[in-house]
Amino acid sequence: MDLLQIIDDIAKADGGEVYDRFNPRRAAFRNLVGFGKKVSAAALPLAVSTLFTKAYGQTSTLPQVVIDTLNLALQLEYLEKYYYQTALASNILNTEQSGAITIILNDENLHISTLRSVLGTAAIADPTRAGYDYTGSQNRTRTALFPTLGGTTAPNAGNFTSVSDFLMVGQQFVDTGVRAYKGGAANLISQKDILEAALNIHSVEARHSSRIRSLRRGGIQSPTSATPKSWITPDETPATPPLPNNNVSGAPSTVGPYNAGASAAYPAESNTTQAGLSVQAITGVTSSTAGAEAFDEPLDAATVKAIAKNFAANPAALFN
Amino acid sequence: MSSHLSSLPKVPETDAPGLLAPVPRRSFLRYSGAGLALGGLYLAGCSKDDTNSPSGGFIDVGSGDTGILNYAYALEQLEAAFYTQVVANSYYTGTASAAEKAIFSDLKDHEIIHREFFKQAITTGRITDALVPDFSGIDFMQRTTASGSTKLGVLNAAMAFEDLGVAAYNGAGRFITSADYLTLAGKIVSVEARHAAVIRELITTNTFVANDVVDTMGTGEERSKRPQVVLATANNFLAAGSKLSANSFA
Repeated sequence: MDLLQIIDDIAKADGGEVYDRFNPRRAAFRNLVGFGKKVSAAALPLAVSTLFTKAYGQTSTLPQVVIDTLNLALQLEYLEKYYYQTALASNILNTEQSGAITIILNDENLHISTLRSVLGTAAIADPTRAGYDYTGSQNRTRTALFPTLGGTTAPNAGNFTSVSDFLMVGQQFVDTGVRAYKGGAANLISQKDILEAALNIHSVEARHSSRIRSLRRGGIQSPTSATPKSWITPDETPATPPLPNNNVSGAPSTVGPYNAGASAAYPAESNTTQAGLSVQAITGVTSSTAGAEAFDEPLDAATVKAIAKNFAANPAALFN
Repeated sequence: MSSHLSSLPKVPETDAPGLLAPVPRRSFLRYSGAGLALGGLYLAGCSKDDTNSPSGGFIDVGSGDTGILNYAYALEQLEAAFYTQVVANSYYTGTASAAEKAIFSDLKDHEIIHREFFKQAITTGRITDALVPDFSGIDFMQRTTASGSTKLGVLNAAMAFEDLGVAAYNGAGRFITSADYLTLAGKIVSVEARHAAVIRELITTNTFVANDVVDTMGTGEERSKRPQVVLATANNFLAAGSKLSANSFA
């Protein structure tokens, strides 16, 4: 990253006004003068982000659709963060698993920081671990879907006891996240730099999914009979039990990480038609499932919220 | 990491303007507290606009959404050609493990599908369907780059292609004006990211989001690349006459 290049680019776009904004005589900037001395190289990108936030104070003018999209992303990132954090604290993972999950948790924490810095005061409050119930019992108000992911006494605080359940549900969270970012991208089309940041988080989530899927197979070199593949196969759509929609307006009556969303623009992951073209019947393709695998599908915000509410301790409080 | 910083909306200016004359502003910033502290790390680099575009012999992908679709089509042609060659050669037919064979067979299928999809979807203004690759820098007999060899092993080359593809789609998103095309690019890039992570795991455990492709110290974001940067790498794998430019997407 070349800071001077960025500032030059901005100066060209705004007629040099950026240089005034970085003028140390400005009150907003004064407390940042000299801050570089205290900033380590690792913290630099966030520090630069802070610099621009102070100079531009952007959140008051972010369009509402952008704020809503980023806040939904933020709630999903917290859902994942506390999920991985709880798994690591539960002492159930082997070395390879805990190594991978620690890396993923680090990414989620950074995504949270990034999203918060873009949103500023428009960001939601941290829901904390207590905000989530990964058993799906919505804090003991209904039957747990995954009792091993927090127990039945204090499911919004309890440790996990099953690695296979943890990896299975984790994969579903990540794949839902990939679909959510994909579905939200179009809302950011007018905010080019925020769009690029969201795309750059989207692909990292997909890398996470790929890794969790190979962990579920028992490792990258596991026999080819082991499932799932690192990409979404069409059989996962019917094989993954649908979830209640939690009365989210606009969501289908039942929802799932691989199911169709609210309209034809959000097909199930088993879809093999792209832009009106069949992507399975192609010469030279060996596998009968490759057409569905080669494209991931987006999901609308209502359906994403409906899925995620199943894992909120209080479904009225999150994913609204 | 130059992303999401430069076009943030502004609040109304309230300070009295004109305290600094226009010309000294720039140098003032560079030697002011923050300018020096942060900029000092980067002072070696000058403004890098206005570099010359590649001259004759390049196939330009064109402009607008068609240009970006062509850009994607070209990269998918390259990837499909690579995997087609992988599965026909002795690493794959010989030493590859069963898991590796299954993975490469799927990757070949996926990339052929992506290529054929773009071929059908770009109905007007499509670049050639017959880009000629140059894989002379890849040794299709070696699983990974052999010690002392100047040629990439199959896994190393696959990693280069997949990581480049992800960075390319992410860096191209900003140039797309149609929401439908943006979503389509999103449908493909996450599959490329799944590929990239798998190939990386085959080479070294738990490198699926290593710092060379994801900013694991700062933002946790993929390191997206603009078309000019991507093509500088991609052109190393394309024959003379098939090398690409993207002059409209600086």
